[in-house]
Amino acid sequence: MLEQNNAPNPALPTPVQPVSSPIIEVAHLVKRYGPLTAVDNISFEVHEGEIFGFLGPNGAGKSTTIKTLCTLVKPSEGQVKVAGFDIMGQSDAVRQQIGIIFQDPTLDSGLTAVENLEFHCMMYHVPRPERSDRIKYVLDLMDLDAHKDRLVKTYSGGMRRRLEIARGLLHRPRILFLDEPTVGLDPQTRNYIWQYVRRLREIHKTTIFMTTHYMDEAEHCDRIAIIDHGVIVALDTPAALKRMVGEDQLELTTSDNTLAARIIEDYYKLSATERDDRLTLQVAEADRFVPALLGELPRLASNLVVNTLQIRKPTLEDVFLKLTGRLIREEDEGKKDERRLNLRKRRRL
Amino acid sequence: MAKVFNDSVMSLPGTDSALTFRRGALDWEATYGIWRRDLKKFFREKSRLWGGIARPILWLIILGSSLKPAISSSSLGSTGIDYTHYIFPGVIALTLIFTSIQSAISIIWDREFGFLKEVMVAPVPRLSILLGKALGGATQATIQGIITLAFAPLIGLWLNPLVLLGLLGTMFVIAFALTALGIVISSAMTSFEGFGVISNFVVMPMYFLSGAIYPTESAPFWIKPLIYINPLTYGVDALRQVTIGVGVHDFWFDMGVLAVFAVVVLAIALPLFNRE
Repeated sequence: MLEQNNAPNPALPTPVQPVSSPIIEVAHLVKRYGPLTAVDNISFEVHEGEIFGFLGPNGAGKSTTIKTLCTLVKPSEGQVKVAGFDIMGQSDAVRQQIGIIFQDPTLDSGLTAVENLEFHCMMYHVPRPERSDRIKYVLDLMDLDAHKDRLVKTYSGGMRRRLEIARGLLHRPRILFLDEPTVGLDPQTRNYIWQYVRRLREIHKTTIFMTTHYMDEAEHCDRIAIIDHGVIVALDTPAALKRMVGEDQLELTTSDNTLAARIIEDYYKLSATERDDRLTLQVAEADRFVPALLGELPRLASNLVVNTLQIRKPTLEDVFLKLTGRLIREEDEGKKDERRLNLRKRRRL
Repeated sequence: MAKVFNDSVMSLPGTDSALTFRRGALDWEATYGIWRRDLKKFFREKSRLWGGIARPILWLIILGSSLKPAISSSSLGSTGIDYTHYIFPGVIALTLIFTSIQSAISIIWDREFGFLKEVMVAPVPRLSILLGKALGGATQATIQGIITLAFAPLIGLWLNPLVLLGLLGTMFVIAFALTALGIVISSAMTSFEGFGVISNFVVMPMYFLSGAIYPTESAPFWIKPLIYINPLTYGVDALRQVTIGVGVHDFWFDMGVLAVFAVVVLAIALPLFNRE
């Protein structure tokens, strides 16, 4: 419904066509901690097989929302259904259907990888005869098989995160929750984690619900909810969100800017402004406009040469700025961590 | 990266645990899993085993032998009792309380390092988690107690196999009650800051008021209530009856008090542990 007029961008994940039944339904969710309202009346749905992202600055209510969906935090108000079960009355049924990868490590570093996985199998009642096969499978999937008998305390940050994902898959969850899955990891490891997550979706059709405050990561999602101060300020595909803030900007210099501007205005019905030897114009989709322009220009004016061409596409950061009037990372890091710590202390979990 | 993944393992039809597993009020497999993890870690941490050896040497051999000439056997409430024999059950009790509380403290440790979350999000009844912890702590303390028993011959105390068997059961019941107490404390605590407070204001007073190293019958009247509410009083009494046949209460009365104490304390721990 949102992407119907555009060919999918090959650089982005193929958008999943929403299926009729949502796997997560949230209606008017509110969560208060004393005087602080962490989540303020949010409603949304996530469809089966979707990669759904919650994007927002620290303290915006992302973690509280994910914890509520995972039955760890009781909502103050509102209804939440996960995999068809109510998070309040049927929390054990919900827990059996979901895998959770927390922001902070939750592995026992005094045990080996296999021992951590065995423990998980016992907690989730993975059928005994299947355990060794499943453990081997998830270790393979996350490329950890070579290190399976090492104590987790000898693992690197990226390996630990992979092991957490592996563990989260053992009981075959229909939904995988990832709370800031790549925070504190180097860019290369972050890329790997994303490859694994995508692989999961492809092979197992697992629904992924994730939170992040990295803009570039949010691009991996099929749909994004932008959350700020506990409120969803926008919810759409990354492409649609970016269209909200405006079109792609094109800057070009040619052998004859005045001629080029006239052609663009006459032929494409676009207004081009000429300033400092360069032409600037707004187009809906520069990726498609530029090849067309370069292909047709020689036919329209044989002596016109394009010297330089630059595309600036709107980013999710622009979207966030437009919606909230702030940049997502504007806040002082120290203050942010402090607030997070305080909040965590209060929650005790 | 180019791997072919056969998804048969993960998508076998009809065997989904969520569909086939029937949950009861308690989940014994989870309890077993938690117990097994605690014991694995216990045997990996050699320092704790060494503590189990050092404690009897310090209290039994050094303190016991030094105080022995100063204390007449008549002051111990019965004639002909060697002081080192008298405090031997007390040293077992010391080992039990230290190990039990220490193993229960691992809940705080697990919370601090995140592992507790893995347990808390699992579809497992909270009581089963606490039982796993309590049984794990009780088992560890009993193992430490067995190490202490190995020192009996050094003070000339010979225990027959039947007594040893009885001691095993008695130690386990005491350790279970004490671990349950430790679980309440660590469920109520949010950080390690209170750790020193516990050992100074809970473990040591409980130990001194238990009759482990001196008789408490002649204690001043205002201390008596503390002695009576102290679960370790009954633990030491039970141990002393099994080892040297001297005691104040009936053995089964002691066991009953400890069992009731454990149940009450776990009932208090449950809502504390379950807080958000």
